Amino acid sequence: MQAISIKGLRKTYSTGTQALKGVDLNIEEGDFFALLGPNGAGKSTIISIITSLTRKSEGEVKVFGTSIDEDPDKAKTYIGLVPQEFNFNIFEKVIDIVTTQAGYYGIPRKEALERADEIIKALGLWDKRDTMAQQLSGGMKRRLMIARALIHKPKLLILDEPTAGVDIEMRLGMWEFLRRMNEEGTTIILTTHYLEEAEELCRNVAIINKGEVRLHKPMKELLESGKEKLENIYLEIIQEAKQEK
Amino acid sequence: MWTSYYTMARKEFVRMIRIWSQTLLPPIVTTSLYFVVFGSFIGSQLAAIEGFSYMQFIVPGLIMMSMITSSYMNTVSTFYFAKWQRTLDEILVSPTPNWIVIAGFISGGMIRGLLVGTLVLIVSLFFTHLVIHQLAIVILAGILTTMLFSLAGLVNGIFAKGFDGISIVPTFVLTPLTYLGGVFFSINQFPEFWRIVSLFNPILYMVNAFRYGFLGISDVSIAMSFSILIAINVVLLGLTVYLFKKGWGFKN
Repeated sequence: MQAISIKGLRKTYSTGTQALKGVDLNIEEGDFFALLGPNGAGKSTIISIITSLTRKSEGEVKVFGTSIDEDPDKAKTYIGLVPQEFNFNIFEKVIDIVTTQAGYYGIPRKEALERADEIIKALGLWDKRDTMAQQLSGGMKRRLMIARALIHKPKLLILDEPTAGVDIEMRLGMWEFLRRMNEEGTTIILTTHYLEEAEELCRNVAIINKGEVRLHKPMKELLESGKEKLENIYLEIIQEAKQEK
Repeated sequence: MWTSYYTMARKEFVRMIRIWSQTLLPPIVTTSLYFVVFGSFIGSQLAAIEGFSYMQFIVPGLIMMSMITSSYMNTVSTFYFAKWQRTLDEILVSPTPNWIVIAGFISGGMIRGLLVGTLVLIVSLFFTHLVIHQLAIVILAGILTTMLFSLAGLVNGIFAKGFDGISIVPTFVLTPLTYLGGVFFSINQFPEFWRIVSLFNPILYMVNAFRYGFLGISDVSIAMSFSILIAINVVLLGLTVYLFKKGWGFKN
């Protein structure tokens, strides 16, 4: 089954900026998928549309076969989102942020507390359980957002630059955690500017630039195509796109 | 769905209690000053209004004034800050339906408004004795008014694009209308022209319905007051549902 099916997705903002110019993209269930591209390429717009934070101008989006137009509430239950920017109330405690999110997904408080304790332990935040979010380090805040996204056990986890500003040790720990999640069956979509991160973790990759998918291939195939690193391929595609304009 | 609603209402309540010195204390201090200055000092020198002392006359209006301000400020500030900090996305990415989100925000405003109203009522007992003509009218007017201003605050929060946007309406619209809405006087004491002008102020009807519940006196028809309260609630609710459906001000 396809975790994500996108057909002819277009988005034009009220300012006239055309962020997506007809994106077609399929992501299989169980995949660890990298969505790459420079700043302003349209990655976050795609994610915002999938998660219903932004309205699309045209096209069709299905999450595990459920259209976001026909049954948005059902589609949302499949998704856990870790956004690029910190978007929790910094004056709330770690445990409250996670359990409140559980409540929004209809999980009763008692069960939410049990699940939250389990997740924050797994993410190394146990000793910060009752700490206000503003007192956490950058890396801890990132992990808190992952914990919050996982509280309802989503089938699809979307991470928008989850390791930005995180130190190497913490990044490696996060990679390990995400790998384990994926092995346990969670489909993961990752956007990142650290190409070695995508190389290390992802099985499939799409490179998007100026609102269009420029490449969509298995990572292995891409790396076997004669070029040494994903970085070279990435830069080449971006250059090609620039020359075409 | 009940869990989502409970979560939102609980979150609002916990926040309100956590920052009680910002949410509950200021209206108590302000109205206590009104009771002292207008009620005791000035009011003692004024003639009775329809058989009630000036202090007794202004108590319902002052309770209503604090309820209006508290319920409005609660929703306008929580919604705007949720939008500004993007914490609203926590709810928007979840399967919580729009009507539950609206109900959650409104409940927060209503709980704060009713809680503040109750506290101010308790404080008023230090200055005058309590008269209750019809408790049901008091409760109904309190619920409908806090709901109305919670909705109005939410609409303001949706449209607000900056911090100025959340203070303009309370300062330049809400405060003048409240002060001119019969809190401190009966509009029957006005010259005919200003009495008629006052009848266009919706807050007048809320204050009078509330005062009727306490004292059994009113400048306007109680049926008319409740009709206006219900009509404005319906219009604001319809507008809020529409704005949420369109994602106005919070969805690109």
